Amino acid sequence: MAARLMQGNEACVEGALAAGCRFFAGYPITPSSEIAELLSRRLPQVGGSFIQMEDEIASIAAVIGASVGGVKAMTATSGPGFSLMQENIGYAAMAEIPCVIVNVQRTGPSTGLPTKPAQGDVMQARWGTHGDHPIIVLSPSSVMETFLLTVRAFNLSEKYRSPVILLMDEVVGHMRERVELPPPESLEITNRVAAHVPPEWYFPFEDPSTDVPPLAPFGEGYRYHITGLFHDRAGFPTERVDEIDAWIARAFGRIEQHRQDIISWEEDFPAGSRVLVVAYGATARSARHAVKLARAKRYRVGFLKLETIWPFPEEITERLARQCRRVIVPEMNLGQLALEVERVVGRQKVRRVNLANGEMITPQQILAAIEEK
Amino acid sequence: MEMNDRYEIRLAGEGGQGLILAGLILAEAAAVYDGKNAVQTQSYGPEARGGASKAEVVISDGVIDYPKVIAADLLLCMSQEACSKYVYGMKKNGILIVDSVHVDRVPTSRAYMIPITKIAEEATGRRITANIVALGIIVGLTGVVSRKAIEAAVRARAPKGTEALNLKALEAGLAEAERIRAEAERGQSAPSRAS
Repeated sequence: MAARLMQGNEACVEGALAAGCRFFAGYPITPSSEIAELLSRRLPQVGGSFIQMEDEIASIAAVIGASVGGVKAMTATSGPGFSLMQENIGYAAMAEIPCVIVNVQRTGPSTGLPTKPAQGDVMQARWGTHGDHPIIVLSPSSVMETFLLTVRAFNLSEKYRSPVILLMDEVVGHMRERVELPPPESLEITNRVAAHVPPEWYFPFEDPSTDVPPLAPFGEGYRYHITGLFHDRAGFPTERVDEIDAWIARAFGRIEQHRQDIISWEEDFPAGSRVLVVAYGATARSARHAVKLARAKRYRVGFLKLETIWPFPEEITERLARQCRRVIVPEMNLGQLALEVERVVGRQKVRRVNLANGEMITPQQILAAIEEK
Repeated sequence: MEMNDRYEIRLAGEGGQGLILAGLILAEAAAVYDGKNAVQTQSYGPEARGGASKAEVVISDGVIDYPKVIAADLLLCMSQEACSKYVYGMKKNGILIVDSVHVDRVPTSRAYMIPITKIAEEATGRRITANIVALGIIVGLTGVVSRKAIEAAVRARAPKGTEALNLKALEAGLAEAERIRAEAERGQSAPSRAS
């Protein structure tokens, strides 16, 4: 395909359509609005549906409903709307309903700085809904990566029957850059596994052959119960400890056991690197720039860009950090993913670089941290 | 080094002046029609109109990591506030272009003071085409993208029905740049003085 100048939010739309998304419900909010705007035009052209809802609570509810109806569905929002969605994100996690939630982060808390970037929702993306729950969170750092990770978000969501959060930020969402999208036929697209038993034998939450039971769409003869309560294999409420334990083991296990499939990153780690810079999202751009500046000054620096941030990529972080004296974690927040890095590599090694005032962290700020003794 | 061939452009003014569209057009000219790498970012306030607004474009033959301007090679100021705020964030030999219709205090004599909005009004009858006139001036003075590329990008991105109008504005900007260059060659004030 020809080179185009494309905005991050536009790439998210193209990725969603390429992945097979045919339903969007949302409420426009800066800096995510272009996603809703473009999908309102594009979805009807491909036989999909777009609904502008009354608020974000209704938006995620409609997305969950569409997904249960058998359609790949997503919503897009920013901090304030993401807060409103939390309850139903938990519902989707509990009922194991695939869906994609895009959060183009702006500076918070509250309405904060509507047009300015931040990475302040890292912990909310992981723990925003109450109760222990499995979740997958991806974070792109370029327009091209936004396209690819949106496709991946849908694939993982369908494969593992889980809500997946695409955690963008204002810089990446509004940034325009030159991209050449891969031809659609070259993309790997995961579709939902159809129920392979007749309705009377079907259990939506148990399948002896897999830890991800097929989700039969409503309206095709499969009648079952869905609830936010802990439920048995048929979906009906239960308080039996053995059934609750079984759900926990399977729901978390399906993510934990497939970490290798879910976690993606990019490393640029020359042998002998003594300092490691770990970054994600727009900040990864500043970080890579800083690493190049540092190498020009003969510092031995390695770089790790995380694409999956939850589940946290412990293995690769540990493996690279072990070879380094210091680990630098720049983030447009007051230190969120740094907590995970510290947990994995030890607090003494980690140097945080934080900014939460709506500005991007500059390469110079990261370079200064690299140059510290 | 990849970073050294970055050409960094900052277009600053007020919301509603079309600076983000101008940045987009410039980036598209570079990325699509000239086949370089380009990244365009934007920064604006929550207001629908008014408030500070700026677009930044980084153009390079290499990979562009940090997507924002570090120190501008070219700064366009379409408001006094923008000029006062960004004039010190330039490279030593950076080029400063201000719209003298909106800016009267410039803390340097090394500036092109050009009545961009007035030129727009004369060329197209529409003050709102000042952003495209400015693009013509920028391209004419710096050659940061080719003339063919900027024309194609303006044609592609101008709102439907206004292509001819905007191309006329671009032409007026290019002509102004031509005039400035000719003057400079004759040894007259270059860049034109602030006073």
